Amino acid sequence: MAEATEFKAIGTRPVRPDGVDKVTGRAQFGADLNLPNMLYGKVLRSPHAHARIRRIDLDAARAMPGVHAVVSGADFPGAQHGEIGGEGGGDVADVAKNVMARDKVLYHGHPLAAVAATSQAIAEAALAAIEVEYEVLTPVLDLEAAMAPDAVLVNENCFTKNLPEPAEKPSNIASVMTLARGNVDEGFELADVIVEGEYRIPMAHQGYIEPHACTATVNESGQATVWTCTQGHFALRTQTANILDMSVADLKFIASEIGGGFGGKTVVYLEPVAVMLSTQARRPVKMVMSREEVFRASGPAAGSCAKIRVGAKKDGTITAATAWLAYEAGAFEGAPMGPGAMCVFAPYDLENFRVEGFDVLVNKPKVAAYRAPGAPQSMHAMESALDDLARELNMDPIDLRLKNAVAEGSQAAYGPKFPAIGFRECLEAAKAHPNYQKPVPEGAGRGVAAGFWFNAGMESSAEVHINEDGTVQIIEGSPDIGGSRASMALMAAETLGVPYEKIRVLVGDTEASGFNNVTGGSRTTFATGMAVIQACEDIIAQCKDRAAKTWGVDADQVEWEDGQAIPAPGVNAELKPLTLAEIMKTAARTGGPILGRAALNARGPGAGFSVNFGDLKVDRETGKVDVLSFTAIQDAGKAIHPAYVEGQMQGGAVQGLGWALNEEYIFDGNGVLENPGFLDYRIPVASDMPMIDTQIIEVPNPSHPFGVRGVGETPIVAPLAVAANAVRDAIGRRVHDLPLSPPNVLAAIEEG
Amino acid sequence: MARVVFPDHLLSVTGGVREVEVRAADVRELLLCLAERFPGSETALSKSAIAIDGQIHQDAYLEPIGDDSEVFFMLRLEGG
Repeated sequence: MAEATEFKAIGTRPVRPDGVDKVTGRAQFGADLNLPNMLYGKVLRSPHAHARIRRIDLDAARAMPGVHAVVSGADFPGAQHGEIGGEGGGDVADVAKNVMARDKVLYHGHPLAAVAATSQAIAEAALAAIEVEYEVLTPVLDLEAAMAPDAVLVNENCFTKNLPEPAEKPSNIASVMTLARGNVDEGFELADVIVEGEYRIPMAHQGYIEPHACTATVNESGQATVWTCTQGHFALRTQTANILDMSVADLKFIASEIGGGFGGKTVVYLEPVAVMLSTQARRPVKMVMSREEVFRASGPAAGSCAKIRVGAKKDGTITAATAWLAYEAGAFEGAPMGPGAMCVFAPYDLENFRVEGFDVLVNKPKVAAYRAPGAPQSMHAMESALDDLARELNMDPIDLRLKNAVAEGSQAAYGPKFPAIGFRECLEAAKAHPNYQKPVPEGAGRGVAAGFWFNAGMESSAEVHINEDGTVQIIEGSPDIGGSRASMALMAAETLGVPYEKIRVLVGDTEASGFNNVTGGSRTTFATGMAVIQACEDIIAQCKDRAAKTWGVDADQVEWEDGQAIPAPGVNAELKPLTLAEIMKTAARTGGPILGRAALNARGPGAGFSVNFGDLKVDRETGKVDVLSFTAIQDAGKAIHPAYVEGQMQGGAVQGLGWALNEEYIFDGNGVLENPGFLDYRIPVASDMPMIDTQIIEVPNPSHPFGVRGVGETPIVAPLAVAANAVRDAIGRRVHDLPLSPPNVLAAIEEG
Repeated sequence: MARVVFPDHLLSVTGGVREVEVRAADVRELLLCLAERFPGSETALSKSAIAIDGQIHQDAYLEPIGDDSEVFFMLRLEGG
C-alpha cells in the first residue's frame, strides 16, 4: 500500500463531476428518454397473492386500435435453469417467472401479461381487456404459517437445500444454514448472566426515489438497445439474455443516471418485457413503474424473525451465544439469510456459538438486496441483546463491546481470521466522542450499537485515454450512485499527478466499456477504483517510454513525478521535464495515441465496521419517537472523497432510522399490500432528522493501493438497534419488534 | 500442509468431513485435490467463496496457498 501521508488529491472534497447536470435538471434519468414512434408499455398484475392461472385471453387487447404488442408468460422462452448472472439474482427460471408469471401467480402485483400501445391510456384500456381466469389459492403470509409442517406450499417443487440428507417432501423452507463453534451448552453454564429475546422486523422497501424505468428498441436483425436505470447494466444485460435466450452480443444496455438503488436495482423487472414488446411491435417501447408498482412488485428487503440468547461472565466476557434466524424470501428463494447468519456475531470474538438460518417462501414480492443485505435484521437482534446484557451487568455498552471485540487475527464467526480491521478504533472513538460525553437530554434515551459488513471486490474494467492537450478521459462501467465519478477522478489525479479538474469520467455502456459487476457490495470505489489506478499506471509506463524515446535515453532513466516525465536522479540532468500535454504533442511521432487499460477481479476488499449512538426522545402520550442527535463512526480504510464517505454514513443512518422507526410493509389477510405509497409508507424526510454527525476512522486496507475499504453498506446496519436501545432507555421497557412506530411504542408504554 | 475448513452447508458434499489438510500450491490445485477426495463436490465447491489467510475471494482459482495457510470455504456474498 502507498504511504498514506502525502496525498495531494485523495482526501480533498471537490465538487462531483455530475453535480451541475443533476442540480440543473440536465441529467438524464431512466424515464427521461423519448424516441420517435415510441410506444408505452404497461404490465397486468395479479389481484391475488396466490392463484393458479387457468386461462389468459389476450385477443380483445390485441384487437384494440393503438395496441401494437401483447405478451404473456407463454410468449417467453421455456424456463431454463442455471445461474441468472449478476448479483443475488438466483435461478434463471425463478427470475424469469418473477418477470412474467407462467402457471401460477405468487404475490399480489405479480406480472402476468404486458401490452405496448401508442398512449398510456390505450395501454391501460388494453390491460383491462385481458381476460384471466384464476383458481384462487390460500396465501402463505407469515413465517409461522410458512414453516408449519402442514403449510400450504408456495412452490410445490421447492425442496429444502443444505439438509444433512436430501429432503423427501417439498417445503416452504428453501434452504437452511448453520454456523457453530465450541460447545454452547458448556458456554452457557459458565455464564453469570443470560439474556434472550425474540425480534421481528417486517418487510421494508429500499425507498429509492426514482421508480424502475427502461426503454427498449429492437431492430430487424433482432438486436436490442435498452436504456435503463440500474446499478449494473452488464448484469441486467446478462439476466435479460438468459431469460430471453439471447446472445449478450445482441443486447446493448445503456445505464441512465440513477435516482437511488441501494441493492434494489441489481435485478431485472421490466427490461426483458420491454425487449419482448419491442420485438413484437418493431417500435421502441418505454416502461415506467408507478410508485405503487415499485412497492408491490420490486424489492423489498426481507422480513425476519430472530431469536437470540447470549450469556456472559460478570466482567462482560461472552461465554456463549445462539441465534435462530428466519428470513422471508418472498415468492422465490433467495432471502439474504446466509449473510445475516454470517454477520450476526461477526464483531465479537466468541468461543461458543451456534447460528441457525432459514430461507422461507411466502406469498409476498421476491425480496431484493438492501444495503448490507441480511445484516440489519440479524444484528438488530444481537445488538439489542447486548444492550440488555450491559444493563444486567451494569456496564457501559461500549465497554461491553470492547471487552469482546474482534481485532486483527481474531477468528471471525463466519470462518477466517480477520486481517487489519478498525472495530476497536471505532469503539474507542465513540467512547471519547464529545457527543457521548454529554449527558442524555431530559426525557430521552441513549442507544449504542455496532455494525458490520464484509464488502466485496469482484470484476471491474477501466480505460484511461490521454487527450491531445494532456487532459484525461476515464471510461469505466460502474453506474455512479454515490459519487464514484469523483472518486475515480481523485484516484486518477493522485496516480497520474494531474489536477482533478483536468479529468473527465464516462460511465460507458456495455459496448463502450469493459465488463463491470454491479455498483453494489460497497465495491465500486475499491474495485473499479483499483482498475482506474492500474490503468493510470499503464499510462505512466507508456509516457515514460515516450519520454525516453523523445530524449534518446533508456526507459529506466525516466521517472514520473507530479504529472511529468523527469530524468532519473543523477543522469541527464540537463533534460527538461515533459508534461502530459508535451508528451501528447509528439505522440503521433512516438507511437500514436496513449491509452491505458486494466481489467481485474479485485481481491481483499477489507471488512467494514461501524459504531453508532444516538439520543431519541419518546412522547409518552402518542408514542412518537424523535431523533435528537445521532453520531455515526465508521472505518473507511482511507476516505478518497471524505464528503461522499460522510454522505454514505449519513444516508445509511437515515435509512436505518427510517426502517427502525416507521417503515413496514402492511399486508391485509389476503396478502394485499395496504400502504403502497409514500403517504402511508413513511420514510424519513429532512424535517424528521437532526444533522447526522460523522467521524471517519482510517485503518488502511492493506489490499488496496490507497487503503480503501467499501463504505456504502455498513452505515445502515447499526441504526436499527441504536433506535431500539434508545427507546428501551427512554421508556424502561424493550420493544422487541420493529418498527418503533407510535402505535407500537404507545402499546409498550401502556403495557409497562 | 494447508488447513481447509468446510461450513455446515457443504458437509453434504464432503460426506460430513469438516476439516482436511491439503498440500496445494494454489486454489486450482486445491479444487483438484478435493474433487478427488470428495467425488461430486466440484460444483458446490467451485461456486463457493474462499477465504485464504483472512482474505475473501469470490472467484478464487489462481490464488497461492501456503503450507501453513488457513482456507475457509464460504457462501458467496452479495451486496446492496
